[in-house]
Amino acid sequence: MVPTLSVDELNVRFAHRTGTLEAVAGASLRIEPKECVGVVGESGSGKTQLFLAAMGLLPGHAKISGSIRFAGNEVLGAKAAVLNRVRGSKLTMIFQDPMTSLTPHLRIGTQLSEVLVCHVGLSWSEARSAAARMLEQVRIPDVRRRLTQYPHELSGGMRQRVMLAMSLLCKPELLIADEPTTALDVTVQAQIIELLRAARRETGMALVLISHDLGVIAGLADRILVMYAGKIVENAAADELLRRPRHPYTAELLKCVPSLSGPLLTRMPTLAGQPPQPGEVLHGCPFAPRCPRAADRCRVERPALAGAANASVACHFPLS
Amino acid sequence: MNTALLQVRNLRVEFGRQAAVRDVNFDFFSAETVGLVGESGAGKSTLARALLRLLPAAHGSVEISGLDLLKSSAEGVRAQRRNLQIVFQDPLASLNPRMRVGDAIGEPLLIFEPELSAAARRRKVAEILERVGLSADMASRYPHEFSGGQCQRIGIARAAVLRPKLLVCDEAVSSLDVSIQGQIINLLLDLQQEMGMAILFISHNLAVVRHLSHRVLVMYLGRLVEVASSETLFAAPVHPYTRALLAAVPRIPPLAAVAGRPALAEGSPPAEESPLAGLMARGCAFRDRCPYALPLCASSEPPLLEIAAGRMVACHRSHETLNPLSYAE
Repeated sequence: MVPTLSVDELNVRFAHRTGTLEAVAGASLRIEPKECVGVVGESGSGKTQLFLAAMGLLPGHAKISGSIRFAGNEVLGAKAAVLNRVRGSKLTMIFQDPMTSLTPHLRIGTQLSEVLVCHVGLSWSEARSAAARMLEQVRIPDVRRRLTQYPHELSGGMRQRVMLAMSLLCKPELLIADEPTTALDVTVQAQIIELLRAARRETGMALVLISHDLGVIAGLADRILVMYAGKIVENAAADELLRRPRHPYTAELLKCVPSLSGPLLTRMPTLAGQPPQPGEVLHGCPFAPRCPRAADRCRVERPALAGAANASVACHFPLS
Repeated sequence: MNTALLQVRNLRVEFGRQAAVRDVNFDFFSAETVGLVGESGAGKSTLARALLRLLPAAHGSVEISGLDLLKSSAEGVRAQRRNLQIVFQDPLASLNPRMRVGDAIGEPLLIFEPELSAAARRRKVAEILERVGLSADMASRYPHEFSGGQCQRIGIARAAVLRPKLLVCDEAVSSLDVSIQGQIINLLLDLQQEMGMAILFISHNLAVVRHLSHRVLVMYLGRLVEVASSETLFAAPVHPYTRALLAAVPRIPPLAAVAGRPALAEGSPPAEESPLAGLMARGCAFRDRCPYALPLCASSEPPLLEIAAGRMVACHRSHETLNPLSYAE
């Protein structure tokens, strides 16, 4: 079967006053149809840049090399007109801030219908009823009134539901959700996670869930990719990765997540130091300066992501 | 822990005709961390700002060392400011971009300890910089030269340099990555142990609150709905809203779905402009989202009652055993 998304040796670089900033460094991945892949990493780890590249949405000054194929077709270098046929219909993306993703001066109904008019060729009235049905599916109450409202009249959670409805209108093969719940309250977050789960079940789409919150990812993902300093450092089945992380960074990150069980009023486990600064030239493993297992080899030789397609790790001394 | 450091009584803050905070009563003790949780719009930050008199209160009192902060003169408040400090969510935005961090940290000393010589002040700044995990030579740098986590350390240094009696942390770790979050929380724990200050820790992250709070206040639409020790609150939440908040926290590994559990009603708190908000004045504000609501909940607002020592709940059904809530299907 053709993978829904395949990325090979992707590099994304930006010119920076101190030299070149390597946002994504040699990332390769496959996303199979119907699969939910969680992507976790700290700010600046390159998780958003990687998937913006997949959408063909990086700014013109980004230097991109490698290959990205969506349903077998190359994205890099493709004409905007070609990309626009799949973007917003078969390949969709939602972002952290639903306010800036919606057009402020268009009514919700118009924004949603437009997608169907442009991509599917429905008439405006057909599109409007389809849009209303989709809003009901994402459990927006009082749909008829909502269709006539503007984005600023909706709460953050409602806006994210609208974005989700919009991304599902053309039955996408892949939805990329970039921190979709980060700006929301925990109760609303739980509702959006439930909706994503239901959307997957009903449409059979593949889902990429980008988040810095391992808890959010744990609830949905079949497989998890861990990114650090622009590189994929671990790739494994979700339950396996959460139970038996192999990369020391994954293990340390898991220890740092505060939990609702365990001792109270104790010091938190921490990860000493900071991720590499943008533009910092790295020899060896980028995690070596913070790694409890680092040896001399880690400081000179960069470990490659090695192993099977669904269980790989980029570490000279992985945990077993 | 017998005499309260700070006593808050019947505090009410209004924006126009809307009460953003109402009927808030609680005591703060020295060296105690109190967590304040609730959704956005619950009034957490408004409450904190009113305590520090950064916002005017409609009525009520906030007493510290026998002085009512809300009624005292401008000089009286100013004298207490050194005891009451705050750290904000966005560490970079809360620092003056054109001020060297050493000067920013030294400014409170300049105001409250004007008798200090410049050299003594520099020494104190260097000490506190080292204390929060930065180095003394960073005093001459500007905020933009620091990462988010480092800026938050600077914000804490600036607040702690006067050794305040109460430190308010308003979502102080929320914008930080999880690996940095722990460092800042540990720093707060250490500073508290060393200086004995009380901390009001406002956060929407319940797991973080659980980690460092002795007591937790749960707020919904401007009112306290549950107050308990951290231990009891997280082990056995009583108010349906507290249960809902806890049930919504994502777990690792994820919670198994349990069939037949009542789910939290969809939705979020009524928006301020909503006509509902006015109606809510009568019954329980949470009733529309509450799976346990009774007809009584629509007609009378449950008072915050002590159901066990140090444990207060505002719910008509607080004496009943209710089925646990679930989010998973």
